[in-house]
Amino acid sequence: MLTPANESELAEAVAGADGPLRIVGGGTRAVGAGAAGEVLSTAGLNGIELYEPGALTIVAKAGTPLAEIEAALAVENQCLPFEPMDHRAVLGTEGAPTIGGVVAGNVSGPRRIAAGACRDSLIGVRFVDGAGTVVKNGGRVMKNVTGYDLVKLMAGSYGTLGVLSEVSFKVLPGNAATAAVLIEGLHVAQAIAAMSAALASPFEVTGAAHAPVGVGGDPVTMIRIEGFETSVDYRAGKLVDLLAPFGAAKIERRVAAAGEGTEPVWRWVRDAEMFAGTDEVVWRISVKPSDGVRVAKALGDARLLFDWGGGLVWAGVSPGSDIRSALADIPGHATLIRADADTHARVGTFHPEPAPLAAITRGIREKFDPRGILNPGLMG
Amino acid sequence: MEMPVPNPEVLAKKARVIARLQSVLPRDAVIHEETGTRAYECDALTAYKCPPLCAILPSSTEEVAAALKVCREEGVPVVPRGSGTSLAGGALPTADCVILGVARLNDVIETNYDDRYIRVQSGRTNLSVTGAVEHEDFFYAPDPSSQLACAIAGNIAMNSGGAHCLKYGVTTNNLLGVTMVMMDGTVVEVGGAHLDAGGLDLLGVICGSEGQLGVVTEATLRILRKPEGARPVLMGFDSAEVAGACVADIIKAGVIPVAIEYMDRLCIEVTDKFSGAGYPDCDALLIVEVEGSAAEIDEQLGVIMQIARNHNPIELRESKSAEESAKIWKGRKSAFGAVGQINDYMCLDGTIPVSSLPYVLRRIGELSEHYGLQVGNVFHAGDGNMHPLILFDANKPGDLELCEAMGADILKLCVEVGGCLTGEHGVGIEKRDLMHEQFTPEDMEAQMRLKDVMDPAWLLNPAKVFPLATTESRRAVAPAAAA
Repeated sequence: MLTPANESELAEAVAGADGPLRIVGGGTRAVGAGAAGEVLSTAGLNGIELYEPGALTIVAKAGTPLAEIEAALAVENQCLPFEPMDHRAVLGTEGAPTIGGVVAGNVSGPRRIAAGACRDSLIGVRFVDGAGTVVKNGGRVMKNVTGYDLVKLMAGSYGTLGVLSEVSFKVLPGNAATAAVLIEGLHVAQAIAAMSAALASPFEVTGAAHAPVGVGGDPVTMIRIEGFETSVDYRAGKLVDLLAPFGAAKIERRVAAAGEGTEPVWRWVRDAEMFAGTDEVVWRISVKPSDGVRVAKALGDARLLFDWGGGLVWAGVSPGSDIRSALADIPGHATLIRADADTHARVGTFHPEPAPLAAITRGIREKFDPRGILNPGLMG
Repeated sequence: MEMPVPNPEVLAKKARVIARLQSVLPRDAVIHEETGTRAYECDALTAYKCPPLCAILPSSTEEVAAALKVCREEGVPVVPRGSGTSLAGGALPTADCVILGVARLNDVIETNYDDRYIRVQSGRTNLSVTGAVEHEDFFYAPDPSSQLACAIAGNIAMNSGGAHCLKYGVTTNNLLGVTMVMMDGTVVEVGGAHLDAGGLDLLGVICGSEGQLGVVTEATLRILRKPEGARPVLMGFDSAEVAGACVADIIKAGVIPVAIEYMDRLCIEVTDKFSGAGYPDCDALLIVEVEGSAAEIDEQLGVIMQIARNHNPIELRESKSAEESAKIWKGRKSAFGAVGQINDYMCLDGTIPVSSLPYVLRRIGELSEHYGLQVGNVFHAGDGNMHPLILFDANKPGDLELCEAMGADILKLCVEVGGCLTGEHGVGIEKRDLMHEQFTPEDMEAQMRLKDVMDPAWLLNPAKVFPLATTESRRAVAPAAAA
């Protein structure tokens, strides 16, 4: 295992590699079949380099544990806007998630619908490409259009274009209070219509999820509001009125301790905890919210969880099945999050791209990793 | 400003290129007489002008594809153009180029309020996107100052921002998908109405690539429900330092206003005279706007005004009505026009870490004295995106060059304190030769790889973004590769 202690050692390690490298942060998000090759760990690239609460910016080395970053932000009652998912429950992994891993997977949570994805808060990267060259892009300011935006390109590239050494984020204030507006007993179509109504309201919804089988066993639709206390109360009340045609709603209200982070019920959604420890194959499907209904129909008896107002569908299906053909006429994409190696190899972890896009993607990979040594085969 | 020498081979076959374009486009969509091409000789960076070989105005994705295919086969450079409002020279032609204007692509293709998006052709203006959805109380968030005129195509090319992006983000955060034509005529669909890419985030790369990777013909944009209300407060301070400290304290208090706008004395005086906004006599003015219900606005403004009071403002004026709000904004919104009326000016666009604000303003003052040119500062203080306006006299020999030298020094200063050359206007030709200040050769090489893949002949807007010397070898192969 290679564990470079700084960026120049990282560059040397990549330049000197004579075979495939498997890039590992905390090792908790091993999505996909697991690339072969010598392990290259970012654990030695550790630490927050700059944090300016008054400028809403934080810069950290890629191997810094996520928990360390969240703790530093909590001291100033700030947070990462995109509420990154923790993959340990669904993947059954152990270890400490790193901020680099969050970026490599463009990992976001329920607040993505209001605050954007990881890629939207990411304002700068430094990375080592497949030739061992150090590249920086973006920086530490939140408005920056100087040159091409490789920051977005690196988010969600799963270590296949370069090994991240440093990442910068725009952060947001934490929330003094939070409330959930809950409606029980809705069918998927009703639930998605209710969530759309909430999201199309002026009441700044920061979470909209539906579990056909909730923690208590019945269908539950959940709308989250966050902010200052009186504002949260006001908006929760307005949403109850707005959603009355869909059923009686109740408000679960909570005054947050500073830096408390995602509350348990939203963590359950964020981390897709309902699939923890089962033997299902788990898919993550992104569609436009109203198509969530079509996804539910197409997947029949799959166990489902809807986030992002219906636009993010988690599906647990029996081993061996490939859902992409069932979803073929619904625009969007399906990623295989958890399956045995054979299934990953057979159906592919990531959604196949149309030929012209696949050609562009292939060209970019060849330029950034000419020897094909960074997580080879992981994304195609 | 240096531009590449026009390719004599292309100039020599002008008639053939025009004939071939006329064969794939409607007759009136190919403009080649000098009186017509003059309209395309510059964008809003009017100091530089050059009529193109010809201009084309296709009306569909298919026409764009057919025209690009012709240009690719003939080895003719293509400069895409939205509404020509670029302050960076992003749409400046060369004599051997075809200007591809998207003005005729202005339809709304689909609106979907349940899923909260609109799909438009890319020539549609920014403000008319909101115009298409506001009867349902929705809006499109990015709001560049030129929003009445600027096209979505240009917004995507430059990743445009605006006054309200502290809360809503810039174009890239509100763009869901595009239809784009590659230089060889291939049409690609990137993204859609769903969130986040399945594979590599090509949409993120396309946005802000200054028309160098492909020509965007359609875009799916996120639309949002309008807030119940919005109200600004105006604050006057006797120094930039105090105003800067006040901004930091507001942000640290956990309030995210939709906008925090800053103006210095010169801009305050000029805009006040121009618009009758009734601004106070002070060195630094902030306009802070918050949104929500009446009660929510009261609560947030209460927090903000208490913070302001701690900094001993010269004036603290909370808007109590729509008329008062409009009056507070009136001066700020007319800032560029007002300054333009008293003088020629160059508008810079660097971003700095908010904490460096007082230092940078002091240094700009020193540079102003050194060069003997006045500077007005107006900018988005919440995100550190500055807009220093350097005043000069276009009729005075040497003044433009002096102004450009001073502008370069200010942008170097932005980079030096940890910021960047451009926050929302783009590099274009204006900041092209300063890219070395911010990037190493390797950093730029990594960016240019994207163009190598997506426009291997380097025919799309080739003389922009990167220093000419850096791109010379790539541009040189273009005609040969295309032959």
